[in-house]
Formats: sequence, C-alpha cells, structure tokens
Amino acid sequence: MNDSIRFDRVNRFIHTLEQVQALGIDVAEARENHLVLRLPYSEKIIGNPDSRIIHGGAITTLMDTASGSVIICALEDFELCPTLDLRVDYMRPAEPDEAVLARAETYRVTRNIIFTRCEAYQESHGQTIANCVATFMRIGREATPKAYRELITGGVE
Amino acid sequence: MTSAETLRYTQETGDFSRLLADIPYAGTIGLLCDRFGDDLIFRLPRKKENLGNPILPAIHGGVIGGFMELSAAIYLMMSQESLRMPRIVDFSLDYLRAGLDRETYAECRLTRQGNRVANVMVTAWQKSRSQPIATARAHFLMED
Repeated sequence: MNDSIRFDRVNRFIHTLEQVQALGIDVAEARENHLVLRLPYSEKIIGNPDSRIIHGGAITTLMDTASGSVIICALEDFELCPTLDLRVDYMRPAEPDEAVLARAETYRVTRNIIFTRCEAYQESHGQTIANCVATFMRIGREATPKAYRELITGGVE
Repeated sequence: MTSAETLRYTQETGDFSRLLADIPYAGTIGLLCDRFGDDLIFRLPRKKENLGNPILPAIHGGVIGGFMELSAAIYLMMSQESLRMPRIVDFSLDYLRAGLDRETYAECRLTRQGNRVANVMVTAWQKSRSQPIATARAHFLMED
C-alpha cells in the first residue's frame, strides 16, 4: 500500500460520515501510520459567540475521526473499528477564524485492540490545542459488509 | 456570554430556548434541554447530519461526545448560576453501546465542586436509562 492509496481510502471513508461532511473536515496528509485532518473554522461550531471560540465538541469530533481514520493508514486491510474510549485534554482554546488540524498515529496495534494518540493544533502559532488518546476494538474485516469495504478501497484490496 | 436576563429567564421558566440560541454549536447538533423540578434532561433528537458509521447507522462518536460535553457545561452553569460558560479542562468518554439513529438523552451529576475546579459525570442513553450508550466525566475550570 502506498500513500496515495492511504489518502484515497481515508478520503472515501470520511465522505461516508455525515457529521464529518457537515463540519467540512477534510484530509490534509496521509502516510503510513500518520494522518492529518483539517477542520475549517465556521460560525456553526462556535461555542461562545462573544469570544467566537470553537466548541470543544467540534474538536472532539475532529480528533475522534482522525484517531479512527489513522487505523486505515496503519492496517493493510480496511476494517471498521468502533471506539471504546476517548480522553481529550484541552490545552488552550483555538484561535477563531483559523482551521484546526489533528495529527494522529497508532502506537500499539494488537489482535483485538488499537491504541491511538492525536494532537490538535493550529498552523499560525503551532501550539497544541488539545491532546487525545483513544482505544478502538477490532471486530475483524469480515464484520464490515463487503460492499462498504469495496466502497472505501475502491474495489482494490 | 449569557446575559443575566437570559439566565434569570431560563431559571424562572425552565425554557432553555433563549440560552441555547446563544450557542451556535448547540443548534448545529440540535441539543435541547428540559427541566423537571430541579433535574435537567438533555436531549439530542434524530438528525441525519449527526451520523457517523453509515452501516448501522450510528451517531458519530464525536457528536455524542460534544452533546455530553455541552450538556455538562450547561448543567454546571445552571447549578452555579454563573453567567459564563465554564472552561473545559479534560473530558473522558467510554462508549458502551452504539448510539443508533434515534433520540439520545443525557443527565449530569456534580461529583465534586472545588473552589476552582468542578468534576461532572454524564450518562447518555437511548432506549432505557438502565442501558447507557456512553458515560463521561469532565473537569471544568470555574472562572469569574
């Protein structure tokens, strides 16, 4: 598998997630065991209209998606892995009017469980907005319907 | 952020519509809140845009997280009679069951209130309160 296949798989995968499309999240970088997603700034994810700061919930969605999707960049075969748990530490509020990026990797892959970590940051200042660790359960390739697997892999497995 | 008038109105009437109208993210996911006596029940009606996994289909885990996180903040704001949205420090979420494409509910409990930091537990369910789809805990920093 090469990086362009990884990019395409993640891109196709996140396009099947309604909420991810609603927030306008897209793929910035995909390499082996490395994924960067971008959440654009928009009025609808503001938590506080006075400060215009993004609500933590949108950051959680970004990081959950990046952590779940980096698995596509870490495994040869596509398999859906449900999230078991997620912990987010908020370091500082995101600056308004600027996209938030989330960089994710897996740090341990076992037969049953995948451990991931993810950092949300902004390009202009490079500082961390939030850190996230998550665990995912492997339910196996066969638990994902073939038609959906083919949709994500483009029929090339 | 919330005006004193909106807070007073919400506390007097139990009508959260004005308070929620001030929070764009609440409208984006469709969060609602009802008061029963002193208890608050948060609601997330079915919404196509909130879905993640298209096969089940299931609500995006991030939306469940955002719903519980915002519920905890509003709950804390109401219990503190604070005009400011408390600042979240950390958030830890266990997904227990798939959040299916149906209405979701959440309730909060103040586990500990210190001078500067509060700990809130959140439980979310769909079919039955005895079968939660997720539990979470969060720390908030209280500012004045």
